[in-house]
Amino acid sequence: MSVTAFLTDSTLCIGCKACEVACKEWNGVSEDGLDWSGYSYDNTGAVGASTWRHVKFVENPPQPGFGGNAADIASWTFSSDVCKHCEEAGCLEACPTGSIVRTEFGGVFVQPDVCNGCAYCVVSCPFGVVARNEKDGRAFKCTFCYDRQKVGLQPACAKACPTESIKFGEIENLRLRGQERLQELHSRGMNDAHMYDPVDTSVKGIHAFFIVRGDERSYNLPPKPEVPTIYLKDGWKSSAFGAGMLLAGSLLAFLTARGSNGSTQRLRNGRR
Amino acid sequence: MSTLPEHRRDRVPDTSSEARLLEIRREAESRGVVQAEGVRPPGAPFPKASPETGYYGIPLLKEPQWKWEVPLYFFVGGAAGSSAVIASMAQWIGRDPELARDARLVAAVGGALSSGLLIADLGRPARFLAMLRVFKMQSAMSVGAWTLAAFGTFSGASAFAQFAADYFDSAAIRVVGNIAQGFATALGLPFHNYTGVLIGATAVPVWNENIKMLPVHFGMSGLNSGVSILELMGHDESTALNTLGIVASAVETFEGFHIETNSNREVEPLKHGVTGWTTRVGGVLSGPLPLALRLISAFTKSRNLRRAASWSSIAGSIVTRYAWMYAGKASAKNWRLPLDIPDETAAPKKPTGIAQTTSSLTERVS
Repeated sequence: MSVTAFLTDSTLCIGCKACEVACKEWNGVSEDGLDWSGYSYDNTGAVGASTWRHVKFVENPPQPGFGGNAADIASWTFSSDVCKHCEEAGCLEACPTGSIVRTEFGGVFVQPDVCNGCAYCVVSCPFGVVARNEKDGRAFKCTFCYDRQKVGLQPACAKACPTESIKFGEIENLRLRGQERLQELHSRGMNDAHMYDPVDTSVKGIHAFFIVRGDERSYNLPPKPEVPTIYLKDGWKSSAFGAGMLLAGSLLAFLTARGSNGSTQRLRNGRR
Repeated sequence: MSTLPEHRRDRVPDTSSEARLLEIRREAESRGVVQAEGVRPPGAPFPKASPETGYYGIPLLKEPQWKWEVPLYFFVGGAAGSSAVIASMAQWIGRDPELARDARLVAAVGGALSSGLLIADLGRPARFLAMLRVFKMQSAMSVGAWTLAAFGTFSGASAFAQFAADYFDSAAIRVVGNIAQGFATALGLPFHNYTGVLIGATAVPVWNENIKMLPVHFGMSGLNSGVSILELMGHDESTALNTLGIVASAVETFEGFHIETNSNREVEPLKHGVTGWTTRVGGVLSGPLPLALRLISAFTKSRNLRRAASWSSIAGSIVTRYAWMYAGKASAKNWRLPLDIPDETAAPKKPTGIAQTTSSLTERVS
């Protein structure tokens, strides 16, 4: 089994949301309301328990030539967001049931029959991807179409993408293809295009990297995602210190109180 | 296919499913390109996505989805864990069997109540068992669930043996009870403050910023409430309990001071807005107020003052846990922090009618 990945190329995305539709259809994910957000054409907002692919509409002031736009039309880039399937995944580390596992394809998969709905993964994801379905009680996120990958097919979103903005393939091969694509974009003058793949952070890289233009923060991509297990050492040190305080404090309190007034005296008086 | 819902569980990719995906693709190809220029909706112009406003100011992180049971569990667990330690100290060091007896009871009831509260948040009792499938050192939730299960068992056994010894005066029962109490004490030490590690080792900025103080803070808050519950059960003449209450309130006073003097923007939810004032109320009720009352009562021997200190500590301990929970929710909503965007920039104007990106729960908090 080869380790696989997504390469989502925002320079090719046309914002058609076929990936969102295909994902919901294939995985049988429920709809999540039909409200107008007012944020460009994005009425979904973010990935969550019932949204595993989410097309971002990054609307910028008019910028002639940007993506072939006319001078008076807002410059748009679209980018289909998805679970990043981190190399060092906060949700997987935090999961107390072993429900969240690493599949043979390198993806991070929540086994729904094991998940007990503790919601600890929700606060442990540095990308805010996984969420608890409030009706069902369990946590859900992109499965990386594990069921399809197992029979040798590509994920539903990648298959339905009409412009091949969502590319799927073997991870190192895809990283190379991403670099080639970047070179091509740079040679065409799109010097602000770059790859989002935080390999230098404690997340140690992701299985769903993105080619974006401009500042990644306008795509809600954190510049420095950290896996929360890095805080554990300090936490347990403090916990041990606190336990020592409780132990020593109560030992001293009862030692010094021995024979003085208070409870011992009360016992001597025969009061229960 | 276990990933699929019930009614589609047997579905595997076949020619019709693949044809359907291609149909979606063809439809997107032909109709997915927006030709119209669009209209300017009322309330425009809306914020743009930019390095100053992030992605329309939509929070990156998900809010903690724990319900009311979880902060209450933090409170009950803290009191129960501390009580188990107090019980052993009272029995073997303080020679106060009455206090030891009640402390064992508090630990056992607290342990059972903790499990109940956790199960209530999970939804179904069987779901708690899933916690015991594996043990993961790198998951504070796993360590905590095992600690809770073991603590509940041993503190329960300890209290049960104590009652059994009342009816059957047997040395064997007392020995078994004391052994169980020994284990309950050892487990009570991590159990009374692990919840600080639990919330500290997360992606929520206000929590992980305070990882070094949270376990001590929560632990001393737990001790404060454990001591206070025992005092209200009639042990309000125990000098040792008053000493412990003074120590716990003093540490809580220091922690409150620590929060107030921390100028990092991650701790903002603990200082501003509703969550900030809740934190302050919790801090005063569990820190300086009971500290003063206890110090005075140490000299005046006033039982009323001690009772007031006990009630104040218990209330403060509960309020503190809720304050931290809602501060976490407020913190996760701060879109600037994970994107490393400075505060000075103006907040993007929120268009009317946005419903999905903010939950109604935290709407009330901020």
